[in-house]
Amino acid sequence: MLTYILRRFLYSIPVLVATSFLIFTFVSITGDPLGRLRANANITAEQIHAIEHSKNLDKPVIVRYGYWVRDAVTKQFGTTLFGNRKIWPDLKRVMGHTLQFILSAIIISLILGIAIGVYSALRQYSLFDYTATTVSFIGFATPVFWLALMLQVLMVQIFLKWHVRIFYTSGLSSSVNAGHGFHFLLDRVQHLALPVIALCALSTATYSRFMRASMLEVLNSDYVRTARAKGLIERRVVMRHAFRNALIPLVTVVALDFGGLFAGAIVTETIFTLDGMGYYFINSLFSSDPYPVMAWLMVVATMVILFNLIADILYGVFDPRIRYE
Amino acid sequence: MSSEPGVRDQLTIGPPGSQYSMSPPEGPADPSAELTYQYGLEVEARSQWAYARRRFVRHRLALGSLIVLLGIFGCGLFANFIAPYTYQQINLESLSVAPSAKHPFGTDSAGRDSFSRVLYGIRTSARVGVLVGILSTLIGTIIGGFAGFYGGWIDNLLMRLTDLFLTLPLLAVLLVAAKYLGHSTPLKLALLLACLIWTQIARIVRGSFLSLREKEYVEAARAAGAGDVRIMLRHMLPNTIGPIVVSATLTIGTAILLEAVLSFLGFGIEPPTPALGGLLNEGQDQGIDKWWLVTFPGVVIVVIVLCINFIGDGLRDALDPTQRRVRA
Amino acid sequence: MPEPLLSIRDLVVEFTTEDGVVQAVDGISYDLFPGETLGIVGESGSGKSVSTMSILGLIPQPPGRVVRGEALFNGKDLLKVSKKELRRIRGNELAMVFQDPMTSLNPVLKVGFQIGEAIKTHHPETKDDAVKKRAVDLLKLVGVPNPERRVDQYPHEFSGGMRQRAMIAMAVANEPQVLIADEPTTALDVTIQAQILEVLKKAQEETHAATILITHDLGLIAELADRVVVMYAGKVVELSDVHTIFNSPRHPYTVGLMDSLPRLTADEDWLRPIPGQPPSLISRPPGCPFHPRCFLSQGRVRCREEEPPLRPIGDSQHLTACHFAEELEGRTGHLVEPVGAGA
Repeated sequence: MLTYILRRFLYSIPVLVATSFLIFTFVSITGDPLGRLRANANITAEQIHAIEHSKNLDKPVIVRYGYWVRDAVTKQFGTTLFGNRKIWPDLKRVMGHTLQFILSAIIISLILGIAIGVYSALRQYSLFDYTATTVSFIGFATPVFWLALMLQVLMVQIFLKWHVRIFYTSGLSSSVNAGHGFHFLLDRVQHLALPVIALCALSTATYSRFMRASMLEVLNSDYVRTARAKGLIERRVVMRHAFRNALIPLVTVVALDFGGLFAGAIVTETIFTLDGMGYYFINSLFSSDPYPVMAWLMVVATMVILFNLIADILYGVFDPRIRYE
Repeated sequence: MSSEPGVRDQLTIGPPGSQYSMSPPEGPADPSAELTYQYGLEVEARSQWAYARRRFVRHRLALGSLIVLLGIFGCGLFANFIAPYTYQQINLESLSVAPSAKHPFGTDSAGRDSFSRVLYGIRTSARVGVLVGILSTLIGTIIGGFAGFYGGWIDNLLMRLTDLFLTLPLLAVLLVAAKYLGHSTPLKLALLLACLIWTQIARIVRGSFLSLREKEYVEAARAAGAGDVRIMLRHMLPNTIGPIVVSATLTIGTAILLEAVLSFLGFGIEPPTPALGGLLNEGQDQGIDKWWLVTFPGVVIVVIVLCINFIGDGLRDALDPTQRRVRA
Repeated sequence: MPEPLLSIRDLVVEFTTEDGVVQAVDGISYDLFPGETLGIVGESGSGKSVSTMSILGLIPQPPGRVVRGEALFNGKDLLKVSKKELRRIRGNELAMVFQDPMTSLNPVLKVGFQIGEAIKTHHPETKDDAVKKRAVDLLKLVGVPNPERRVDQYPHEFSGGMRQRAMIAMAVANEPQVLIADEPTTALDVTIQAQILEVLKKAQEETHAATILITHDLGLIAELADRVVVMYAGKVVELSDVHTIFNSPRHPYTVGLMDSLPRLTADEDWLRPIPGQPPSLISRPPGCPFHPRCFLSQGRVRCREEEPPLRPIGDSQHLTACHFAEELEGRTGHLVEPVGAGA
């Protein structure tokens, strides 16, 4: 088991390195940070050259990559191209907010998704099953940003009609002094509720469909038939043999979905103006500043790789066949 | 070797209508005897496409979705003729009006009819979606095909490369690339999308070719002197068409969703070119108390993608023969 | 004549599919007597597995349905008994061994645990270490080497033959009165098949269970069975003791089966398969289900229109479902070498 974990871990490292190179080249190639300056007729060519030189932008890609890695590791991603603002403190702050948001969404989606999926499988072709299936399909077709918008519209309409604010439609907290302890938590929940709902919808649909399919497959398997033939009560057959086994592949699905949640975060944070990574990303892109963008991508990639590593380990814990590879 | 010759003759099974050394059949010797003889022998042969078509048609949801989708896309394509107003037309007398008989989807702050704008937006989405579907299928099939066919280090290399991209959220990558493109036309956007979402199809084609490689008819073709490309095109590709078609269909839906997000965030299709995502963006700008501006374009997107998903599901049922089996 | 242990009468099971209603089992009846091995022979799709699985209630009810019939076991009709009672009987008095040991064992649970589960379900008062000891003993009984170590291993660490042994161990754990073995050797290598055969025999000896052996392998039948039921298209077409079935089959299908076996002792140019295919179980031809492929029928009207009932021929123990079974008089089979004419 230990060798399995070690192998997975060691495998992640070259992936991380390769990804970092990919990120760097990709962002560098697709963006010209000085584009706006170049377009400006008032700035001469020599001035542009000077800026390029001072920022090391005239060096070959490999060299610049080296500088970037050095900055990333030693100086915590260094500073932005324009304005020389330290990247890491901002990134760290928004990361905390976004993780609150994403992790809540994952947990809620998992609980709902598993429950709905399993129940749909156990009561196949029932009204519940058909309803759940239809709703899932609609969930797959609904753009996350539109759902967020509609939630906002709903809250606004409720406010306009009945003057009640159930959930907030923007921001992370009501004001600078949001209070401590319970008040703070409640306030935060009220602010994050809509974004979490928007993000949850797609994930819940994904997980529930998958759990349903996995559960059905397992329920029709030979070993479940054997369990029944042994005379086990149905509840034990379902919980001990079917459910446990059906849950295993879900680990992979959640791991694969993790990256997508960041994408969802980009959109929902923008709509709800949350001070999170998504919002940070969009703003950095608009400012044509490559370094925050690279730092963002690197952090996300690292988290995705880490999450996948955890998922692989969990898979090994649940399924003994994998351990002995 | 033998037992009693007479009994042996009885046991020799001959073609229908042959002589037997036993008592003649009761009843008239009619042609239906031959037919009944063949009753158990006859198996109705249908072509593969007929089977697929029959299964698809039985999937009522998919069929209904196909009709609805064609209707919607049709409206979009003929927007020029159907739309009561043009995309830009300003009606000063109806500014920011809620849905009514004259303006079923309402108007925006400049008095532009939302219904007409949505129709034009559908046209753009349809174009982008189908274009991306075709292009990404082409790219994905070629790359996946080569990876699966040759295997070995080529496969390893290509798959590792696509895996790397998977660690980054697709939307983030798209946004960075879209920023680079600047203000894009539907065509450019379609190209961009196609270049980044072919991995799903590639994976499917690769898997299929990898397993088909081991089949005997491939070896036979090779022994007959067929070249690599020929084998891929004539033997492997036809057997993979099913999953490819399903995947291509679903990709169209994904493309439409992505185009909507990009346009909404301001990285996609720029106004005045109509786009459903862009309409939602403008709607949001004008204040979400004017709910009709952000509702209808979104509903249209949902309906379009929903139909595409149902069609894809129906195609999967129709083209994938290894579906549910009843145990005898 | 002792009382039958298990008595099936007029069992009808159907499945609802997209293409129509499949009559998997169409009115079959047979008895199982204590201590005997009853072989059920038939092609795939003949309904042999479905008939036994429906007795144990293992047919998924949405597509499947027991239309009518009774299955008397120890005085109770298993098809009408409560779910709770059925569960009590399963794995306890009536146990089943399935075809594919690779997929019939839960891959994420230890083998010992799965055997122990069979014991603990029906004897919940047993202490855990006693359960484990019994599991080890059972593994020893079925010939798994090193049972103390093996009991804590996972199924993927067992070979195919060992897995099937473990399945048999699981089935006999509670000393069942009836053991149903559904194609126990089909998924295994030929060399392993012989070993499993021995294990089955031994398990029978130890537990004195009556066995139903379902297979399409006539060799197995010849080795193990006392009596044989021949099934075709969901119906019983012949029922007799094993010697009679091989020596003097009295149904054209059985004759065809015996005939299709290649003989080692004779020089043959051609194999003799039964022509045609089994009928679609959705749309059956009227009359006898076998008549389109039957050499005896020759298109006779009675075969086409009247379904032959299962009736005695010769002595009352030999049943056949053929209108013209008498015409097969004198037909011999494999077990007796043909007399007279040289090779």
